[in-house]
Amino acid sequence: MEMTDKRTITVSVNGTKHTKEVPVRITLADFIRYELGLTGTHLGCEHGVCGACTILLDGRSARSCLMLAVQADGHEVLTVEGIAPGPDALHPLQEAFRDNHGLQCGFCTPGMLTTLLEFLGDNPDPTEQEVRVAISGNLCRCTGYQGIVLAALDAAKRMKAGRA
Amino acid sequence: MKPPPFQYHDPKTLAEAVGLLGTLDNAKLLAGGQSLMPMLNMRFVLPDHVIDLNLVEGMAGIKETDGVLEIGAMTRQRELEFSDLVAAKCPLLHQALMHVGHRQTRNRGTIGGSLCHLDPAAELVTVCMAHDATIAVAGPGGTREIAFADFPAGYLTPAIELNEIVTAIRIPVWPAGHKAAFIEFSRRHGDFAIVSAAALLQIDGGRITRASLTIGGVAVAPVRATEVEQAIVGQAPTSELFAKVCESCRSFEAMADIHASAEYRQHLAVVLARRALEKAADLADNAPWNRAH
Amino acid sequence: MAPTGPSLIGRRMIRVEDGPLLRGRGRFIDDLDIPGALHVAFLRSPVAHGRLKDIDASAAKALPGVHAVLSFADLRPVLTGDRIPQALPSGAIRFDVDPIVLAKDEVTYVGEPVAMVVADSRRVAEDALALIALDLDELPAVTDPVAGLEYGAPKARLDCPDNLVARQSIDYGDIDGAFAKAAHRIKARFRLHKGGGHSIETRGIAVRIDPVDDTLTIHANTQLPHRAKQILVAALGIGEQRIRVVAPDTGGGFGPKAAFHPEELALPAAALLLRRPLKWIEDRRENFVAAVGERDQDWDMEMAVDAGGRMLGLRGRLCHDHGSCTPYGVALAYNAGTNVIGPYVLPTYRLDINWCLTNFVPCAPTRGAGRPQGMYVMERLLDAVAETVGIARDEVRRRNMIQPTQMPYATPIKQRDGSTMTYDSGDYPECQRRALEAGGWADFPARQAAARKAGRYIGLGLANYVEATGRGPFESAGLRVGASGKIVITTGASAQGQGTKSMLVQLACDVLGVAPESIEVIAGDTAGIALGFGAFASRQAVTAGNAVHQAAIAVREKAIQTAAEMMEASAEDLELKDGAVQVKGVPHMKRTLAQIAHAIAGVPGFALPGGVTPGLAASIDFPAPALTYCNGTHICEAEADPETGMVRLLRYIVVHDSGRIINPMIVDGQVTGAVAHGIGATLYEWMRFDSQGQPQTVTYGDYILPSSDTVPPIEVIHMESPTPLNPLGVKGAAESGTIAAPAAIVSAVEDALHSFGVRIRNLPLTPERLLASIQAAG
Repeated sequence: MEMTDKRTITVSVNGTKHTKEVPVRITLADFIRYELGLTGTHLGCEHGVCGACTILLDGRSARSCLMLAVQADGHEVLTVEGIAPGPDALHPLQEAFRDNHGLQCGFCTPGMLTTLLEFLGDNPDPTEQEVRVAISGNLCRCTGYQGIVLAALDAAKRMKAGRA
Repeated sequence: MKPPPFQYHDPKTLAEAVGLLGTLDNAKLLAGGQSLMPMLNMRFVLPDHVIDLNLVEGMAGIKETDGVLEIGAMTRQRELEFSDLVAAKCPLLHQALMHVGHRQTRNRGTIGGSLCHLDPAAELVTVCMAHDATIAVAGPGGTREIAFADFPAGYLTPAIELNEIVTAIRIPVWPAGHKAAFIEFSRRHGDFAIVSAAALLQIDGGRITRASLTIGGVAVAPVRATEVEQAIVGQAPTSELFAKVCESCRSFEAMADIHASAEYRQHLAVVLARRALEKAADLADNAPWNRAH
Repeated sequence: MAPTGPSLIGRRMIRVEDGPLLRGRGRFIDDLDIPGALHVAFLRSPVAHGRLKDIDASAAKALPGVHAVLSFADLRPVLTGDRIPQALPSGAIRFDVDPIVLAKDEVTYVGEPVAMVVADSRRVAEDALALIALDLDELPAVTDPVAGLEYGAPKARLDCPDNLVARQSIDYGDIDGAFAKAAHRIKARFRLHKGGGHSIETRGIAVRIDPVDDTLTIHANTQLPHRAKQILVAALGIGEQRIRVVAPDTGGGFGPKAAFHPEELALPAAALLLRRPLKWIEDRRENFVAAVGERDQDWDMEMAVDAGGRMLGLRGRLCHDHGSCTPYGVALAYNAGTNVIGPYVLPTYRLDINWCLTNFVPCAPTRGAGRPQGMYVMERLLDAVAETVGIARDEVRRRNMIQPTQMPYATPIKQRDGSTMTYDSGDYPECQRRALEAGGWADFPARQAAARKAGRYIGLGLANYVEATGRGPFESAGLRVGASGKIVITTGASAQGQGTKSMLVQLACDVLGVAPESIEVIAGDTAGIALGFGAFASRQAVTAGNAVHQAAIAVREKAIQTAAEMMEASAEDLELKDGAVQVKGVPHMKRTLAQIAHAIAGVPGFALPGGVTPGLAASIDFPAPALTYCNGTHICEAEADPETGMVRLLRYIVVHDSGRIINPMIVDGQVTGAVAHGIGATLYEWMRFDSQGQPQTVTYGDYILPSSDTVPPIEVIHMESPTPLNPLGVKGAAESGTIAAPAAIVSAVEDALHSFGVRIRNLPLTPERLLASIQAAG
């Protein structure tokens, strides 16, 4: 057995509270993936550059590989699994990704979605250049970003229509 | 790439944090985590103790008192980015923040963390040098202030004791109407600058009455181009003048790494110095190359 | 809703893969929760070359949570030989250097696996790595392929006679005669770097061992599950029936996941030894040092042209950095050499290719597989010819282009199997014409002059390419309608994000008139189908696509035949529509596919209707004896900052012809993604090493991938010249975008800085290199 410092933490993830004893050294990403089994949050680099592990912490995007799990104690986390409004429906952002070919392998997608969810909240009517800057901290190797940028712009329209 | 074993501490007061730091061996302070966490994941650092400052009361906040902007060390970069006070009083900091990492990293990253990591190319380090900031630190013997010019002790090494914690950054603001420009040369948005330039100008009656020019990324710490500053004060701002005087930046001592040779950094220092001054003086913008997003 | 009406081929259809991926319900290798699995970390060589004398793992083994530390000697008893048997045959190879599972007595690159720790968790396994002591004698390293072939160079491997691991020439026509009569000769030397695959998902392997059945199941995000199985059968010496390789959802491939890496043998071997399930997920640092990729080629070339700029001959040498062993044959440099000719008539050609062993991770194809380098050499030389002869860059290309009337065009070049490289279809001049039109080529000089007046340096570049796609020998597919009406397609093809499943579903729906939801595709599972290959050489639409298309047609015919028996109707009066066989014009008189499948699934003791064979199913192994060649033209608009050397891309246009298009949305996605890959190779990506062979760029801060703000909007325009080589008329598309990008971008930058007389040869083109070129020219 591993000899390690542990703590009990309570984290709300996608609206569900989880109380777990965890080694203090594990990252929030590893907690979400391996302790909670929510494997939609992906690890692409584990050094804070690729953005695949982006989650929302209390509504703000953060790289979950750059946080310790214990630091999320008492906080609310939203992962990609929590974006869709229900099992049969997709969020307009997800629909826009599907309809604009905003994903190929799907590995960077969870980080793109969480990043854009926050961004479109901050800036509901972005220009193409603003979208490109917003996702510049999320690496995608499949799409050349074209479909993602189109999806984000389309999602902004859909979300605006949804609010109207 | 998983962090090594360590013990975790989350003090709630500054006194408690200082106490832990003074008594624990091989301890690391955890602020926003945007520099320390990658180094932990890669096991470049192997601390026995991590002291998390995120729950310490009273270490975050932005206020202005008597012409000095005081920023708590644990203030997130996002708070600075969206602060009207910062935008109004310290436009250089506001401009620089748009180059600092990405939304996701600014949401977590703190100003104190960035300064203590002291990457030579970090934007906030360059801004503090440009503004003659002072750094407030707390240690077992109480608190003290360090002029930013004395803050860098070496590559990635601030001039604070192992038992001291940076608590606040004090930035003397320039008078209303001053001109500021922060530009940088980087390959992609959000990357650390290869070279950056920060210019502050006070222009009265068509003449420069006060100037600050700082070049980041060239040496182990940002350097003030004092020769340029002295040469332009009293002069009318023109591109010809700036081009002539900025040539002196080529003599800066420069680092070499995989991103740029020393000679290339010196060359960029000359170009960016001139462009920052031109932009501050509203002479030219060069927007696409300044990555002003 | 079931699609009906005219053919679905050529229609934009959303992908079947997207729903789960968008919800975070993909099942990637690291998402598989293997009960009881232990976790593996590899100790890797810290030096580029050394003699391995001893491994002391006693402290690591004593760490709580560690189950085993294994070295070569531990694994060897369950292996059939010292080396991993995987050579791809080639007459070029002078000596075989198959990889080894773990270093035995010599380490040959930084990152080479030396020992493996098996522990309760990855973090504990990493703790243990720090406790292993290696006794190594460092040896001189070969860190440059040109220097490595010089007299007196150190040996990259002590067990090889020298560093020249392979050599081959491409040689046709009277080259000396061509140069003798040339009006102009143009010499140029190119040092071309191309980076790694860098799929955002790293590699990973999970091995399950079933003690009841005595079988091994290997989950691996490989592009080639069937080949991996073949190698494992040979290396472990156990029967085919005991090994299954299955690829889960895979987060990008781009080449490196096609090569069989040592870890893919180490895990199954260790699982057999320990009788425990094991899991290893490569971390990014390992990916930088231990995943194969492309690196350096040195081209020393000379072109002969007549007074009008028509090519007479091309000759030179290509020195290829091969790395320290041969996991994937020698096709990479040969592709580069053969792809040089592109869409042009090259009357004489001689290229001597030398493969040099170096003390780096082995080289193997990444997207484009050497072709971008070959095309770059040709296109840069053509720009130089235009300059020398005094004609426009588009005109020099027109003068040298293969004409549509020459199709099919048998080039004088031999493929790796000795067959003639024959272009099957395409209209290259028209493709270039459309690209020039879309790119505003004619108006550009005026725009350029106006920009110059405003102090801006903009340029327009063009480049053409041809790519061999659809490599055989075959791909397999089975299509079966179950009694539930559910249709299952099985194939040896594999998917890493290309939308392969969607493409196959679209083809099946087109023939069977069923809804996409009624079809499930099992790809990349050796238990699903006995034979197959997988993803490489832009091949799956051609090979698996045609296989599924033919299987669907066979099933349709059988359904109609069976329904005719069931309904006592004539087959000519029946048609398959909306998932049922109906009497033409009488939609209520029908038998659903489910009913038909049920009828010929058989009932004990009763004959099948009308003597049809059992099962509503078909299996097709679609042979692809000849390659089909896609082509295109890229136009790039770039701006350069002559003061800093910085380049920005403003616009990018691709006219692309990959024959008949199945789903334009997917093809566009493949092309734009590949262009971004090409942009990375041209401007950003550079895997750097110091003179001792130590990697210098092992983070994404130091190794720069193109980001959303550095890739410009990309416009893709399609031409469709169906190939006569397969029934669907389709060609491959997935790599093509990488091939012309370096040449188009560099052409644009040279054009932008034309007034400086800048000449760009080497890749990548960093700002510092460009500034040096500007200063050298000035």
